[in-house]
Order: sequence, then structure tokens, then C-alpha cells
Amino acid sequence: MASVTHSRLSDLISANERTLLQDWVKLQLAATSLRRDLIKDDDLREQSKQFLGLLTRGLRDGNSDLQSPEWKPVREMLADLSRLRARQGFSPSETASFVFSFKQPLFELMRRELRDDPARLNDETWKVNVLLDDLGLYTAEIYQKGREEVIQRQQMEMLELSTPVVTLWEGILALPLIGTLDSARTQVVMENLLVKIVESRASIAIIDITGVPTVDTLVAQHLLKTVAAARLMGAECIISGIRPQIAQTIVHLGVDLEDVVTKGSLADAFAVALQRSDRAIVGARPVSTS
Amino acid sequence: MAVIREEKRPIASGEDVVTVRRIVREWSVAAGFGLVDQTKIVTAASELARNVLHHGGGGVMCIQSLNDDVRRGLRLTFEDEGPGIADIALALKDGYTTGNGLGLGLGGARRLSDEFAVDSQPGRGTRVTIARWK
Amino acid sequence: MERIPILKLGDCLLVTIQVDMHDRLAITLQDDLTQRVADTRARGVLIDISALEVVDSFIGRMLGNIAGMARVLDARTVVVGMRPAVAITLVELGMDLAGVRTALDVEKGMALISESMNSAPWTARGNGRHP
Repeated sequence: MASVTHSRLSDLISANERTLLQDWVKLQLAATSLRRDLIKDDDLREQSKQFLGLLTRGLRDGNSDLQSPEWKPVREMLADLSRLRARQGFSPSETASFVFSFKQPLFELMRRELRDDPARLNDETWKVNVLLDDLGLYTAEIYQKGREEVIQRQQMEMLELSTPVVTLWEGILALPLIGTLDSARTQVVMENLLVKIVESRASIAIIDITGVPTVDTLVAQHLLKTVAAARLMGAECIISGIRPQIAQTIVHLGVDLEDVVTKGSLADAFAVALQRSDRAIVGARPVSTS
Repeated sequence: MAVIREEKRPIASGEDVVTVRRIVREWSVAAGFGLVDQTKIVTAASELARNVLHHGGGGVMCIQSLNDDVRRGLRLTFEDEGPGIADIALALKDGYTTGNGLGLGLGGARRLSDEFAVDSQPGRGTRVTIARWK
Repeated sequence: MERIPILKLGDCLLVTIQVDMHDRLAITLQDDLTQRVADTRARGVLIDISALEVVDSFIGRMLGNIAGMARVLDARTVVVGMRPAVAITLVELGMDLAGVRTALDVEKGMALISESMNSAPWTARGNGRHP
């Protein structure tokens, strides 16, 4: 039943496509909320035309279920538009209003054409209102998800900057970890360490977790995997700065650290590292003469 | 979930396994995976392609690029009409092997993938599907 | 038939794997290397895998086999140049290459081999030096 209504609506829109598009674009351009600085008029016209065409087809072929395959072209177009607007700097409501602003010219058209059948006018207006609301909300959702991806990426980049690998001495690296570690962050940081090991030809890397308040199973596993990977590459890792609470957690979690050298402090770890690379630090006291 | 692109490749020789690695690498680069994820997918594909060749008597790989509006992914299906696997749980255990080798192929491929499914019966061939999401 | 070249460097053999090998090529390498170790009475084998983007369980086994056969012939094997992404993947895969010594590059690998000829017996696991 709904599809019959929709296909008649589809015909109505097709028949009046040019005026509808004109009115809609004019409306969008006149809106004070339109960010003329962020988008070119021609692009807006093109996007509106594309949406109109796809919407018409969707109304003709599909029903009210927006998840059905007939609505896929519309969903994809709106998803692309949404991501583009997010990148261009539009707000979520500015982006969604692309869809919502279509209501006015469409309802005006419907009022004109269906003037003589108020019952039908009411019915169809309501149905298409629901449809456009759903599409507008969908646009806002995709926008949100896109933003989340951007934020995550920026977080990753900040992570890389905030956990630098330090060369303590020739062939000895240190990675002081600070703050809470989540799984994603730990992975990025660890991969970075392995790359630095290759770049600086270091045989020993000290991972210091003095500044890490808690370690959970996942993080402990990542640490162990990093140590194993470094060993496969030909370098050794020492984990230092394990505080008593973390030591307890590790034992409780049943994590097996048997294979890994651990030291209480970074200084102790450095001493071991020097020893392993057959080096020693000697005092510089001048020899006394009497 | 949309399949954006799909391709099938035969696995009938050692060279085909090399080709599989190359194709999977290209597709995973195109899908935007980072270097480590690429390596994991390609390695998993290598394990499974080899299984198809050595245990399945040859077969086919189907590679699909996926998109579900929010994220992109890669799905690989390895199919053969070989003897099939009688005890899948056993085959998934590390160290298990019916032929030469350490038998890490199936379990290893699972560990390297986000999604893993194996469909096999003795005498009815084997189909292994893995997927990784960005 | 294509083969991976094996170079002689003093009493060591150096192999640089630069192509994505198909199985037959890998097996040929295994055989060639074993033969050369025996023929030249080499004391060390250095396998440079810095060009390999993927090491799967088959190649991993090949490396283990080479190390095993070399040891029987009284030669030490060191695999050098493993890429970080490969190392991470091998760990995830569950391969620990237990019989194989590794080093970051050819220079360190050579140092490891010559060191071992002067001191403690060649140990399979770990890097042998620490208590």
C-alpha cells in the first residue's frame, strides 16, 4: 500500500523536477544557516539534483523501509555527502538540514497538486515527512561516525608524539610509557618501538612502565608480544618500573613473565643493558700522586 | 553490507600461492589497512592458500572488498573439493598436522583475522572464510 | 631453473632472499644451502630476510630446517633483518622460530657468529649471553 502512494509521489516529483530543484536550491542558498564560505553554489546545486533524482527512484522502487536495497543509492549518496560536509567543517545539524530543507518546497508542491483531496494530501504529507526525517537523521548519524573516526585518528597521531623512544646510549633504547594504556594505544606505541629498534640498530630496548597506573590483561599481552617480536628480530627487551601493585595484578592475571627480564627501576635496567653490551661506566677521578 | 569489488583466483600451483599473496597485498593496501594489518591478512591468506594446494588438491580463492557505510573490510574465501576435515576442532589446535609441518595454518589464520569460519566435511571439500575490518 | 644465490664470505655463507618465494624455490634453497655448507665446511650461515614482507609458517619452517641441518654440520645459522610487521605477525601466528638465532642486520649477525666460535657452545634459544 505504501509503495503505491510512494510511486505516485515519485511521478509527482519527476513531473515537477525542474521547479522543485530550483525552489529547493534557492531556499538553501537563502538560508542564513548555509555556510556559503564552505561550499560552492554549483556544488550545492549538483548535490541537490543528485539527491532529487535518487529520492525519486527510491520512492518509485522502494517502500518505507529505508534499509531495503532500493534505498541503498540514496543512503550511499547521503553518506558520502555527510562525510564530505564533516571534512569541510559543517556542523551535524547544518549537514542534516540539507535533507530537512527539502520538505518546504516538496510540501508546497503537494499542497498545490493535491488541493482537491485533503485526506490524501494529509496522508502522503505525513508519510514523506517520516521518510525525510529518517533520511535526515541517517545523515546526522553518518556525520557523527565520521567525526569519531577523525578523532580517533587524531588521537593516534597524538599518541605517537607523546611517547617518544629515547636513545639512552648507542644501541640501547628506552621507551618511557606514561599514563593509562588502552589496547589501541599500546599497539601503536609498540609497533613504533620495533621500527625504532631497526632504525637505530639497537640491541636492547627498555620499556619503562613507572608512569603507568594500571595494567590489564590485554596491555600485559601486548607488552609480552612486543618483547617476543623484538626477540624474533634480534633485540632484547627489558621491562622496568613495575610497581608492586602492577606486579600483583600481573600475577593475579596469570600472565607469564618468566621469559622476560624485569627490573624495578629504569636505572637498574640501564645498568643491565650496559653490562649486556659489554660496556661499563667508569669514574673520572684523577689519579692521586702520593 | 555491500560487496564493492570481487575477484576469484585459482590455486593450482606454487606460483598461484605467490600470486594470491600479491593480490591480497594490493587489495589490503587499497582498502586502507596499515602495514601490520596488511601483513597479517596476507600471511593468513598464504597459510590458507597453501592448505588448499597441499591438502585440498587445488581450489579457488574469492576476495571481496566490503563496505557497510561505516567501515571498510576485506573478506577472503578459500574453497577446495579435497578430502575435507574430519575433526575441525582438532585441526584448529596448534601443532596438529596430517602431513609435513607444524600445522599452524588453520589456527594461525584464525588468530590473524577478525572473523573466521570453516565449513568442511570428509569427502565434501573445505571452505574457509576470513575477514578483517579497518 | 631459478635459484637463490649463495655467497661465500670467508668461512661463512651469505644468502639474501629478495623475492617472494614459491614453495619449490624455498625447498631448493634449503637443499642448496645444506649442500654448500657440507662442501665448503662453512662455520656460519647468514640468511638476510630484510626484503621479505611476509614470512608464513612454511618459510618459518624452512628457516628452522636450515638452522637444524647446519647445526648438524657444525655451522651456526643467524637470520637477520626481520621486519617489525613480520615479527609482530609471526608472534600472532604462534611461531617462535625456536631453533633459529636472529640479529638485526648482517653486521651484527656476523659478529654473533664469530663471537660464538670463540666462546660458549651455540645455544638454540635466546641470545646465549646472559645468565
